[in-house]
Amino acid sequence: MSEADERVLDYPLPAPEALEPPAEWDELRQRCPVSRAKLPSGDEVALLTRYADVKQVLSDDRFDRQLNQPDAARLSDTDSGGVFNSEMSSTLPQGGEGHLRWRRLLNRWFTAKRTNALRPEIAGMAEQLIDEMIASGHPADLKAGLGFPLPVWVICDVLGVPSDDRDRFSRWSDMFLNLTRFTGEEVKTAEREFFEYMRDHITAKREDPGEDVLSELIAATAEEGEPMSDKQLAATGLGLLIAGHETTANMIGKMVAMLLADRDRWRALVADRTLVRTAVEESLRFDANSGLGTVRYLGEDADVAGVELPRGTTVMCSMAAANRDAEAFEGAAEMDLSRSPNPHLAFGAGVHSCLGQALARTELQVTLEVLLEKLPTLELAVPAEQLRQLEGLVVGGLREVPVRW
Amino acid sequence: MKITVDEEKCCGAGTCVLTAPDVFDQRDEDGVVVLLDESPGADLQASAREAASTCPAQAILLSERA
Repeated sequence: MSEADERVLDYPLPAPEALEPPAEWDELRQRCPVSRAKLPSGDEVALLTRYADVKQVLSDDRFDRQLNQPDAARLSDTDSGGVFNSEMSSTLPQGGEGHLRWRRLLNRWFTAKRTNALRPEIAGMAEQLIDEMIASGHPADLKAGLGFPLPVWVICDVLGVPSDDRDRFSRWSDMFLNLTRFTGEEVKTAEREFFEYMRDHITAKREDPGEDVLSELIAATAEEGEPMSDKQLAATGLGLLIAGHETTANMIGKMVAMLLADRDRWRALVADRTLVRTAVEESLRFDANSGLGTVRYLGEDADVAGVELPRGTTVMCSMAAANRDAEAFEGAAEMDLSRSPNPHLAFGAGVHSCLGQALARTELQVTLEVLLEKLPTLELAVPAEQLRQLEGLVVGGLREVPVRW
Repeated sequence: MKITVDEEKCCGAGTCVLTAPDVFDQRDEDGVVVLLDESPGADLQASAREAASTCPAQAILLSERA
């Protein structure tokens, strides 16, 4: 190995501007596809930045998320290691047959057909939020007014949670995913409140089933003779909330910011709405600030990019770096709203790729359609280089997206 | 064009149905892919190709032989 390969990078890598990629990506992809990186916990991971390597590791179902292995790298140095090391990972199957069964049961709630059927409801939510934003006047923060509430409203609908309780879910998910802003005690209190709420909610659904994912899981698993426990149902609810809220919330903000940063992009969409679908995919690909990446624990030795990685290695797959790989995408550094096909890795790959990706795509498409319809004159209220990155760890985003119209 | 799908590999993400709804569907009970048209006509081939290349589980195989 050359000397450069022995460098240990501090991870996450800093970006020069909120919408710009870290300066190191190009060099890492070209010269050091498997590099050493140190997480905030102090633990080391093998960092992958090339499209082919990231896809290879994510698609290999021998490698899963057994981050409770004693030698696996921890993300943060809080006692619990955050919400990912708690209820969810111990209650729900993380790999193999058990995971496949759980995933396929949930899949029926997240099929393209069911997600498409939610379109009118999602459009109604977007219209209501945008109308409220317009009524409050500009400049407005599009993230607080639209991006943050919309996905949690959708998740609450999916879980059968009444609209009066949306704000509580929003606050809980904010606390679960923010590893730095709240104390361990505050997060524990939020977790306790959440599980108390879910216990009562699940009891109510067992007695009086509704048109929601929990009622359906209760019925389907009972029918199969292997009923899901309250604990597993609550953990599923937690998983859906933290996977479906901040990710989509931040993506709405970043998508709009990227499309407005060069106003020719926005104008192209206003002129031709048929670009919405490919523009959403390109926003997902182009997002340089998507967060840490996805970790995989190697339960056996693996050969990646010609490097022998020993068993016990924790690998960090940077999907955002892979999505800017010029070997995989022509004009990778340019945002092309009509790019097709666009096999980006924003939702991961393989058996663990995002369960809710059809729903996320639909939320992004509908939000963009309603925005183009209601606010064709939308523009950023600050220069793009002044947008500030969200401090935190798990999900990347912008602190606010100031807009006017 | 001839399409085959691997139900074992399919992770039910629904990307193919969103991309090429005339060629692919999903089973209601578990989201696994259903092939509606194994040799789509010329007008559907571009979207079928896009669906194959964006499938997260690489569960769609295309053969370009007539």
